[in-house]
Amino acid sequence: MPQPMTISEKILARAAGKKYVAPGEMILARLDICLGNDITAPLAIKEFYAAGGKHVFDRKRVALVHDHFTPNKDIKSAQQTKLLREFAHEQKLKYYWDQGECGVEHVLLPEQGVVVPGDLIIGADSHTCTYGALGAFATGVGSTDLAAAMLTGQAWFRVPPCIKLIFRGKMPRDVTAKDLILLAIARLGVDGANYRVLEFAGPVISGLSMAGRFTMSNMAIEAGGKAGLVVPDAVTKQYSVGRAQRKPRYYVSDADAIYERVEEFDVSRLEPLVAKPHLPSNVEPVSRLKNIVLDQAVIGSCTNGRIEDLREAAKLLKGKRVSSRVRTIIFPATPTIWKQALKEGLMEIFTSAGCIISPPTCGPCLGGHMGVLAEGERAVATTNRNFVGRMGHTKSEVYLASPGVAAASAIKGRLAHPQEVRGSDWKKGVKK
Amino acid sequence: MKFQGKTYKFGDNVNTDEIIPARYLNTSDPQELAAHVMEDADPVFSGLVKPGDIVVAGRNFGCGSSREHAPLALKTAGIACIVAVSFARIFYRNAFNIGLPILECPDAASETQAGQEIAIDAGQGIITNLITGKTYQVAPIPPFMQELVELGGLMEYVKKNLAA
Repeated sequence: MPQPMTISEKILARAAGKKYVAPGEMILARLDICLGNDITAPLAIKEFYAAGGKHVFDRKRVALVHDHFTPNKDIKSAQQTKLLREFAHEQKLKYYWDQGECGVEHVLLPEQGVVVPGDLIIGADSHTCTYGALGAFATGVGSTDLAAAMLTGQAWFRVPPCIKLIFRGKMPRDVTAKDLILLAIARLGVDGANYRVLEFAGPVISGLSMAGRFTMSNMAIEAGGKAGLVVPDAVTKQYSVGRAQRKPRYYVSDADAIYERVEEFDVSRLEPLVAKPHLPSNVEPVSRLKNIVLDQAVIGSCTNGRIEDLREAAKLLKGKRVSSRVRTIIFPATPTIWKQALKEGLMEIFTSAGCIISPPTCGPCLGGHMGVLAEGERAVATTNRNFVGRMGHTKSEVYLASPGVAAASAIKGRLAHPQEVRGSDWKKGVKK
Repeated sequence: MKFQGKTYKFGDNVNTDEIIPARYLNTSDPQELAAHVMEDADPVFSGLVKPGDIVVAGRNFGCGSSREHAPLALKTAGIACIVAVSFARIFYRNAFNIGLPILECPDAASETQAGQEIAIDAGQGIITNLITGKTYQVAPIPPFMQELVELGGLMEYVKKNLAA
């Protein structure tokens, strides 16, 4: 009898050349893709050369994306981007994009089919866990791991135990994948999944689009998770066909696979949620936070910068104006999404509503550029972190929410439920 | 691996945005990073810290982004070792990969106060508070991680294995 395994264990076993791996085991595994960005790759490139590196192990398996401080925000960040660009050209990397083609790494790589189901991926960025939505094992590491991976094509791992999160019930109107993951983080805590992997399951997850699944996997790290996977299904396969640049491997968890624990969530009575400063686990329904007055609204990022997210925001912003007190920044995650939004008329809606549209960048999410907060300012953001000083001054505040809540809040000038801007059905639509 | 030094104390969930804010990540120069280390958690820390000092912290130290600039800034500022109730996974990995030893010891991390002198014997897994005289037994650092620290980090390990 073969030993039962979860999807994560199957991917790690395959990459380590083993029939079976168990939690706690240390393995050395072959990587399908390794990734770096303009903050983390410069350190890795220096270490790569310092270790005597001449050629990356495989020019088709190293991806470099400059997205954090690009378009270059100052001379120092321009130097970092230049380092990446020169390295990418010298190494003839297949997966390198320059401005005009480049976008937010964790949206760009799946969109371009660079990461595919069944892959083992490391990225020198904590939100690398986003690709778990494809049924890949993807985890964030540091620059040194990336340097070693670029040299050897391998990385060491301790096989993590798995927590299964099962979502059941009928999703109420205005409740999105963002609310599901905030609900899970609130229950697990910001270190509840530390050294562990999450597996998202249940009928609610099966009903999510790939965009929604990416949003959920993206924030696994906010509970400390090493990765956050969704077992591939018809939705995954449909997304991958014609897009995947390598042959996908569709792994599933065995029915008798062992989980450290299983958590169940009923979403039927869920309301749109907000994570208050200064932890993503500090979650409350938006209906209880309507007194929070805002200075900025930020819609985009690797968490919620996909076309589906922009459509959700545009539906509410159509024909309306954002509050004159709220700077509203829309940042589509990739040029493809930008063009699609233009084609669908979303850009017209946003600009008519008084929003600013940014090129694809991580900028505002990490207080890098393109939307930094001053002392005492408050933002609602569809991003993933609300730590002290995350978006600017240490005395500024970030409230995390879905694109719908962010758009409604931008219009109202304070945290708001989408129903509030939709009009007449608001009162009967909201249940206590 | 033995260390002795003065302690600085931090609470739970100290994240990498506090250890080294993103506004300084437009460089990877270790000295520049060290000049701003812990700035958003304690603005005076970088001016006070001396080589050999030890950071003591609560749960989930180093949570958030994968920026290796965080352990690098601490190491370059002179921090010899970090003792915490627990560490976030990526920070834990990064610290060993750059040769900065860190230890999980809930009792020692909770009971040690700021400004105390502690001695750490990482090989034996013993932490001694030289002010209170109390000793703590720590789970030993896994052998692979000890080798990383002894060699000076993962790249030295990789070089050694590529040469072999």
